[in-house]
Amino acid sequence: MSTTTVSQLDKVKDGPWSGGKSPWNLEYGKIMMWFFLVSDAFTFSAFLIYYGAQKFAQPTWIDADKVFQSIPGIAESGQPLVFVGIMTFILIMSSVTMVLAVDAGHRNKKDEVVKWMLWTILGGLAFVGCQAIEWTHLHHQGFWFGRNPATGLEGDAVAQALAPYFTKDISYTAALQFSNLFFTITGFHGFHVSIGILLNIIVLSMTLKNTFERRGTYLMIEKVGLYWHFVDLVWVFVFTFFYLI
Amino acid sequence: MSNHENIATAHDHHDHGGMDKKGIWRIFFVLLALTALEFLIALGFVHHWEILHKGTLVTIIYVVLTLVKAYYIIAYFMHLKFEKSSFIVCVGVGFIFIVYFIVLMLIEGDYLLYHLQSHPLFPNN
Repeated sequence: MSTTTVSQLDKVKDGPWSGGKSPWNLEYGKIMMWFFLVSDAFTFSAFLIYYGAQKFAQPTWIDADKVFQSIPGIAESGQPLVFVGIMTFILIMSSVTMVLAVDAGHRNKKDEVVKWMLWTILGGLAFVGCQAIEWTHLHHQGFWFGRNPATGLEGDAVAQALAPYFTKDISYTAALQFSNLFFTITGFHGFHVSIGILLNIIVLSMTLKNTFERRGTYLMIEKVGLYWHFVDLVWVFVFTFFYLI
Repeated sequence: MSNHENIATAHDHHDHGGMDKKGIWRIFFVLLALTALEFLIALGFVHHWEILHKGTLVTIIYVVLTLVKAYYIIAYFMHLKFEKSSFIVCVGVGFIFIVYFIVLMLIEGDYLLYHLQSHPLFPNN
C-alpha cells in the first residue's frame, strides 16, 4: 500500500519533445527565417566554392591588391584594402546597431528601437553606395560580366592590357573568370543588402506605427535582424576570398 | 497565437544570455580586433614589410580568422549560442555537405590545374 512507484508507462512525459510546448522555445517565423538563411548560406557557399575551385584550377590568377587599390576621391592607386576596409567597418557597425535595436526591442523601448534601426538603415545605404562606387571604378577599367580589360584586343595588346593586374603569369581566362565571379558574387550580396535595407525600412515603419507595441513583442525586429547579420556574415567571407587571399 | 505569447513571455525570463549592451560592444571589439589583425597581416606583414608571402600559410591564417569572426557573428549577434542545443544541431548539420563540397571542388580544381597547364588556354608570357 505504501509504495508510490508509478509504472514506466503511466509516468507523465515532460521532455521537450513530449508535446504541449514548443520544444525549441522559438517562434515559428524565427525558425523559418533560420532555415531560409541555411538555404541561402548554401547558395553563397556554392558561389564561393566555385570561385575557390577556379582560382585553384588556373595556373595563374589576378592579384587582388592590384585590382582594388583606389580610395575614391582620395587616391587613384597604391592603396590596396583601404576602401574595402571602410566598407567592412560600415557593415560590422550596422550589424552592431541592429543587435542594439533587437536589445531595445527586448526591453520594449520604442524610441531606442527607432534610433538604432535608423542607424542600421544608414549603414546599409552607405555600404551599397560604396559598392556602387567600387563597381563603377572596375567598370571603367574594363571589367564587367563577360568582359575584362583585354576583351576585343589582339596580339601583344592583350598581355599589355592585363599586365597591371597580374604579378605572376598573365592569363586572359583567369582575368575573365575573376571578372565574372566578382560581379556575380558581390552583385548577389549587394542584392541581399538592398533587400535587407527594404526589410529594415518596413519594420521601422511598423515600429513607428506602434504595430509591435500593440502586439506586445518586437520579435519581428529579431527576425529581420537575423537576416541582416547573415548579410554581414556573407560579407566576412566575400572580403576574405576576394580581397585578402 | 496563444503559443506565440507563451514564447514571448518565456523570452523575457531567461533568453538574454549575457548579451546586454556591454556584451554587444565586447563582441564588436572582438570583431574589430580580428579584422584589424587581418589588415595588419595583409598590409603590414605581406605588403609593406614583406615578412610573409601570399601562399598556403597566409591563406590558412586568413581562413581561420574568418571562421572565428563567423563564429562570433553567428553565436552572439545571431544569438544561436543561447538557443536549444537540438536547434543548433538542426541548423548546423547540413554544413557537413558544404565541407564535402569543398573537398570535391578542390580535387576537381587540382585535376583541372594539371590539364590546363599541359594545354594552356592562353600563351602565358
